[in-house]
Amino acid sequence: MISPIGWIIIWIGICFNLLGTIGLVRFPDIYNRLQTSTKCVTLGSFGLMIGIFLLYGFSQTGIKALICGVFLLLTNPVGAHAILKGSLHYGIKLWKGSIIDKYGADKLGGEQIEKEEKV
Amino acid sequence: MVLMLIVLTFSAFLCLYRIQQGPTIPDRAVGVDIMGIIFVNITALTAVFYNLPYLMDLAIIIALFSFIGTLALAKYLEKRSLDD
Repeated sequence: MISPIGWIIIWIGICFNLLGTIGLVRFPDIYNRLQTSTKCVTLGSFGLMIGIFLLYGFSQTGIKALICGVFLLLTNPVGAHAILKGSLHYGIKLWKGSIIDKYGADKLGGEQIEKEEKV
Repeated sequence: MVLMLIVLTFSAFLCLYRIQQGPTIPDRAVGVDIMGIIFVNITALTAVFYNLPYLMDLAIIIALFSFIGTLALAKYLEKRSLDD
């Protein structure tokens, strides 16, 4: 009864992983790439671990999968936030289609948006 | 079942493309981070397919080291020393 639900959730997780990495390739600058990849990969990995937990129940593999999923869910946004702050301080400009940059205007003295070239 | 591993390996190759092609250093850092998580997923699915529970320990350890590596790369990008 519970087994098809587990396999379906594992497939949903894998599809989210694939979509996240496609976004990693397709998006224009570092901040957009970080956004798509982190959200999709976190949900994908957590869904995959939840699917494994549903397949195995409260056994050795199931409990370890649940622990691994919760660990990924807690640590991946922290790492993404650290990379984002580091790249802002490193001096990477935002994409030229960006609207507003509050952090750059407050902390770094001026907005960090890349200017569009005049043709 | 093998199709799952094929799709995940294709995702890992997309990350590898971003690592090779990325114009700046943070792009490569994001690629390394996401590729570590893809490896965690591949290890967990291998543990399910071949019914080997100890591979799940390996998945947890890979996730932990990937997190530490990401934090070290971020700290390097922020131009701070590692014992700060």
